[in-house]
Amino acid sequence: MSVPEIVLSSMERDREDGVSVTTDEVRELIIIGSGPAGYTAAVYAARAQLKPLVFEGTQFGGALMTTTEVENYPGFTDGIMGPELMEQMRGQATRFGAELRAEDVEEVSLEGPVKTVLANGVTYRARAVILAMGAAARYLNVPGEQTLLGRGVSSCATCDGFFFREHDIAVIGGGDSAMEEATFLTKFAQTVTIVHRRDEFRASRIMLERAQNDPKIRWVTNADVTEVLGEGSVTGLRLRDTKTGEERTLDVTAMFVAIGHDPRSGLVKGQVELDDAGYVRVQSPSTHTGIDGVFACGDLVDHTYRQAITAAGSGCSAAIDAERWLAEGPVDAELAGGGYGSGAEQTAEPVTA
Amino acid sequence: MGNNTVDVTDATFDADVLKSGKTVVVDFWATWCGPCKMVAPVLDEIAGEHKEKLTVAKLDIDANPETARNFQVMSIPTMIVFQDGKPVKQIVGAKPKAALLSDLADYIG
Repeated sequence: MSVPEIVLSSMERDREDGVSVTTDEVRELIIIGSGPAGYTAAVYAARAQLKPLVFEGTQFGGALMTTTEVENYPGFTDGIMGPELMEQMRGQATRFGAELRAEDVEEVSLEGPVKTVLANGVTYRARAVILAMGAAARYLNVPGEQTLLGRGVSSCATCDGFFFREHDIAVIGGGDSAMEEATFLTKFAQTVTIVHRRDEFRASRIMLERAQNDPKIRWVTNADVTEVLGEGSVTGLRLRDTKTGEERTLDVTAMFVAIGHDPRSGLVKGQVELDDAGYVRVQSPSTHTGIDGVFACGDLVDHTYRQAITAAGSGCSAAIDAERWLAEGPVDAELAGGGYGSGAEQTAEPVTA
Repeated sequence: MGNNTVDVTDATFDADVLKSGKTVVVDFWATWCGPCKMVAPVLDEIAGEHKEKLTVAKLDIDANPETARNFQVMSIPTMIVFQDGKPVKQIVGAKPKAALLSDLADYIG
């Protein structure tokens, strides 16, 4: 694989000069995303000899990278750590020849027989694209939150809980992830206050009971966080009672936000059809989007189940759908005879930006 | 992985970072931190590509809590750039290579 490396380093030089590059090659398949959906699609596509190019992005491994023990992924009697599970999936994809890139995709063009994907100044081309960008943690969007991010405000309990040993801290949210984070954080904190805007919880019974039985966990319901207080680091939260409107301050040194996720569909907005909440619409039970040769899977399309195993399952479906579509689809004249030979692989031509 | 970076500890921090003649980027990390694993190979690449300008040092916060506390690290991965014994820039969270390079542009330019 020495040839691609030489070509890539020249791409790098071009990028630093502010020159963009388009690859000559038209690949069979590009996969965008690297959670359970993206990697499973990569495993299947790679085994089907499609040589997928996978854009892993900033958050390689997806949502499971910020979890601890995954107890309900089949095949692991004693559970497995989220990051470990993702490393295994990643390794499995690599083993069959998927090419992985730790780059964020900046732009896509999905219409027509040749789709293009722009990442870090290079435009890649493929006949088919699988979208598996997942969902991003939602923040409250209140004053103080972003300025104190990493200074007491966090969306990753497993990353940051360590720093709040014997502190009084808060978890915001009422779903499974809020219960899981709160329970996890009791390992470190003196007290964990769960702040939830309603008095009913979306969390599953097992997760809720686990939290309710924990002596370190306290509860504030029917309360909105209106401001994160502190300069340099978090010193408290301003809460407003959703019934009475009464305000008060909760003295905590950290706020872990677990109020759900939003699909990362910004990249394809205006190109593929989205539902009201921003999830990509697919022709269920298949993974076809409204555009020929474009498939979507994982949390990007799923607002119902949102599990690692359902994401992996839909990633598998997307790879099989893409493989069949590629096998059946007519090869455009532009693509015939060019781009598939080993000589053409990974070559790049500088194009003035 | 990890060939281009150096490991530092509470005990060696003064000599290897604060008294280093070079710019040192310290990556505060831990074995249990998923995002730290995401950013580690990227930092290793940067360390290899810019070794004449800076050193990338890794500090395991589990084994070396004192240094993390001294610099008020409250989230990992956190990367702090040190020059002449002083922290001059702090980067919080895993980022792609291009974003890290742009954060570090002043020190590798």
